[in-house]
Amino acid sequence: MTAATNAEAPSRRALPRIDADWVRDKGVYIALAVLVLYNVFFTAHFNEFSNAQLLMKQVAAVLIVSLGMLLVIGTGGIDLSVGATMAIAGSVLGLAVSPASAVSGGMGLNLTVAVILAILSGLVVGLFNGVIVGVVGVQPIVATLSLLVGGRGLALVLTSGGLVQLFVPGLDKLASGKVAGFPYVILIGLALVAIVAVLVRRTTFGYRLVAIGGNRKASVLAGLPVRRTVITVYALSGVLAAIAGIIATARLHSADPSYLGIGFELNAITAVVVGGSALSGGKVKVLGTLTGALLMQLLSSTLNSHNVPASATSMAQAAVIVAAVYIQRSSRSSE
Amino acid sequence: MTSVTTVQEKVPTVSVRGASKRFAGVTALSDVSIDLWPGEVHALVGENGAGKSTLIKLITGVYQLDEGEVRYRGEVAHFRSPRESQLAGIQTIYQEVNLAPQLSVARNVFLGREPHRFGSIDLRRMNRESEEILKRYGIVADVKRPLGALGLGVQQMVAVARAVSADAGVVIMDEPTSSLEPREVDKLLEVVGLLKANGVAIVYVSHKLDEIFRACDTVTVLRDGKLVSTGPVAGLNRLQLISRMLGRDASDLETSRTQFGGGGEIADEKPVLQATRMQRKFVIDDISLVVRPGEVVGLAGLLGSGRSETAKALFGALPLDSGTVALNGEAYTRNTPASRIRSGVAMLPEDRKAEGVIPGMSIKDNICLASLDQLSKGGFVSRKKQGEIVDVFIKRLRIKASSPDQKVRELSGGNQQKVLLARLLCLHPKVMLLDEPTRGIDVGAKAEVQALIAELAEKGLGVVLISSEIEEVVEGSDTVLVLRDGAALGSLFGDEISEDAIMNMIAGAAAEAAEAAEAADSTEAPAS
Repeated sequence: MTAATNAEAPSRRALPRIDADWVRDKGVYIALAVLVLYNVFFTAHFNEFSNAQLLMKQVAAVLIVSLGMLLVIGTGGIDLSVGATMAIAGSVLGLAVSPASAVSGGMGLNLTVAVILAILSGLVVGLFNGVIVGVVGVQPIVATLSLLVGGRGLALVLTSGGLVQLFVPGLDKLASGKVAGFPYVILIGLALVAIVAVLVRRTTFGYRLVAIGGNRKASVLAGLPVRRTVITVYALSGVLAAIAGIIATARLHSADPSYLGIGFELNAITAVVVGGSALSGGKVKVLGTLTGALLMQLLSSTLNSHNVPASATSMAQAAVIVAAVYIQRSSRSSE
Repeated sequence: MTSVTTVQEKVPTVSVRGASKRFAGVTALSDVSIDLWPGEVHALVGENGAGKSTLIKLITGVYQLDEGEVRYRGEVAHFRSPRESQLAGIQTIYQEVNLAPQLSVARNVFLGREPHRFGSIDLRRMNRESEEILKRYGIVADVKRPLGALGLGVQQMVAVARAVSADAGVVIMDEPTSSLEPREVDKLLEVVGLLKANGVAIVYVSHKLDEIFRACDTVTVLRDGKLVSTGPVAGLNRLQLISRMLGRDASDLETSRTQFGGGGEIADEKPVLQATRMQRKFVIDDISLVVRPGEVVGLAGLLGSGRSETAKALFGALPLDSGTVALNGEAYTRNTPASRIRSGVAMLPEDRKAEGVIPGMSIKDNICLASLDQLSKGGFVSRKKQGEIVDVFIKRLRIKASSPDQKVRELSGGNQQKVLLARLLCLHPKVMLLDEPTRGIDVGAKAEVQALIAELAEKGLGVVLISSEIEEVVEGSDTVLVLRDGAALGSLFGDEISEDAIMNMIAGAAAEAAEAAEAADSTEAPAS
C-alpha cells in the first residue's frame, strides 16, 4: 500500500491526473489549442502572420472590456453598462478632438487631452455604478442595467444623435500602427492583461476582491474595506471599457454612439465564464479570460472562413458557453 | 385551557421511527423516533446543529431518510419533495416569512392553489375567502394590500392562516415568534390554540422556555443529532428542561470546576473592553459587560438568548439602537468590524462556513486576510512576509495540511477553525471574541483550542467566550454573564461559577416570566 503510493507520488507530479477538476481548469486552453490546430490544417491562409494580427486586432476591444468584467464578476457582481460606456467614451473622444467648425459642440482639443477626457468619462460611469452597488446596495444587475439603457442615450445626446466622422492622424496610428510587427492595440491589450494579472495576484486590492467574491459576509467580519473595493472594481471596469471604446472608435474612424459597443457586455461575460472564472465570484482567472476571448473570436472567424452562416455561428458560440457553464457546475456539485 | 378529548385518536398523525441521516459522512440525525398526535402542540428544542431542522426536513420531504421510516396518518410516507408533503397536508411556517411580499395578502393565502374561473384566477372569490379565513383567526388586514406592507407579526399570522386554510394535518412552526412583539406572540399562541382545537398536530420549534411551558403539550429535546428525551411538558420543571437542552442531566451535574481559563489576579486591572447598556430591538436588551486584560468572560444562555448577538455588537457587526462600546476607556464612534480590528479587537464568528473562511482561497491567503495591510507595502503583498507569518502559525497551531497553498475548503472542521484563529492572532489583538471556538471539531483539536485560549488569557488578552456547551463556559471562564432573551440576568465570578448556578439563574428568570404572563392572561380573560 505505502509502496504503491510512494511509487505513484512522483509520477503524479510529472503528469497531472486528468479528471473533472483538470478539465475545468484547463478546458479553455485545450479548446483553443484544438481550434488553432484545426485551423492550421484546414483553413486557407490561416498560417500567415497577417491573419494572426487581424484576429488579435479584432479581439483587442472585447479583451479589454472582459478584463474589467472579470474584476467585477470576481466580487460576485456584474457590469452590464460596459457597452454603453464604450459609446460614451467614443462620443466624448469624438467631441473633444473635432473642431467646433466641423461638429456642433466640438472642442478641437489635442488628441492626448481628448483621450484622457474619454477615459475620465468611463471612470465617472464606473464610479456611479460602484456607488449605486457598493453604497446604496442596489443589485449589480439592476444598477448597471440602468446605464446599459441610459448610457447609450447619453452618448447619442452628446453627439446630437449622429455619427461623428473623425480624420485624426493620431487615431489612425493607434488603430493601425505597429511596433516590430505588433499592432499597438494588441500591445495595449496584452499590457492591460499583465497589469490586471499583477493587480489580482500581487496586491492587497486583488486579494480583497477575490475574498469578497468568495465570501462577502466573512470579508466584512475580517474587516476588509468591502465598499471601497467594490467601488474601485466598477471604476476600473468603466475605465477599461472607455479604453476599449477609444480603440474601437479609432478603428472605425468615427464615433458612432448608436452602434459602438453593442452586445459587448455579453461578449465580455462570455469570455470571463468560458475562461473558467466563477460567475458567482471568488475565482478570478486572468489568463483564462484572455484565452476565452481569443477562443470565441477564433471560433466565429473559423466558421466564417468555412462559409458557415452567421446564425449557425452564434449557435456554436452558445454551445461553447453552455459547455463552459456545465463543466463549472458539475465540479461544484462534487465539492 | 380546555382539554380536547374528541380529537384524540389511536393513530398519531405523524410517526417517525428510527430516523437517521448523514451528510458526507457526518451524522446529522441518528435513530430518532417521535410521534405527533392530532390536537397536540409538540415542542422541538435543541442547540444549533442538534438536528431539529434535519428532522423537520425529513418529515417534509426536503431530505430523504437514510434509515428509519416516516408514517403519515398511519401509512408509510415517501415524500420526495416539500410540495408532495404539502399536498398531503404538512405545512411549514419558517422563521423568516417565506411568502411573496409583493403579492397581495389574498394571493399569498392562496399561493399555489388559487381558485380558477374560466381559466383565470378568480380574484373576487380569492379575496372574499381569504378575508373569511383571516377573520376566523381574528386577523384584521386588507387582503388586497401587498403582504410586505404589513407588520411582521401580521405577516406571520397570514402564513399561519395560509397553512391552516390548506386543510393541514400537521403545521410545523420554526421559531415563529423570533421577530414578534409580545402582543403579537400572544395572538400567535391564540391561533395555535385554535389549530389545536381543530385537531391539527403542531410542531413548535422554539428556544423560549415560557412559550414552551405556555403553549406546548409535549417536548422533545435533541442534541448532537440524538434524541435526549421526549415526553409531556407537564411532568417537567424548568431546570430539568434547561439541563437537557444544555447537555447534562440535572441528576449527574458536577459542581467541581476544572479550569482552562486565565485564573490569576485580574480584579484590579482596568477594563480593556467595556460595553455600556447595549440595546437593539428584538435582539439585545440592555446588556453591559466588562472585560479586563487576562480575563475570560463567558456568555452563557440558551440558543436565542443573545449570546452571539452580544459578541457581534461588541465587534461592531450589529448596529445598536443605543449604548456604547469602549476600548481602554475610549468609546468607539464608528461601529464597524474594520474599526474594531484596527484597534485590536478580533472576533471568531459562530458560523465558520458562512461567516469565517473563504473556502476557495488557500490556507495562506485565509490566514493573512485580515492583516493584509501589515503584510504589504504600497499595496503590494509581500510574499516573503506572508510566507513567514503563515509558517509560524501553521506550526504553532499545528494546522494539518499538505501545503500552505491548499484550499481551505479541503480541510477538516478543526483545521479550518485553526486557520481562523491564526487569522485573528496575526492581528496581535488585545481582545478576542470567540463564538463557539470548539463547535464541530474533533476532540484533539478541541483540547488544543481550549489550551490556546488559556495561554492567550495568561498573556494578558481579554477574551469573551461563547459556547453552547455549558461545561466549556464553566471550565474556561473567570466571569460568566448569564443571558436570557437578549437580557443579562446576572454575573457569576470565580468559585460561584457552576453549571448548577447558571441553570438555576436561567430557570428562575423563566419562571418569573411565566408567572407574569399567566398573571396577564388571567386579567385579560374576563374581558374577552
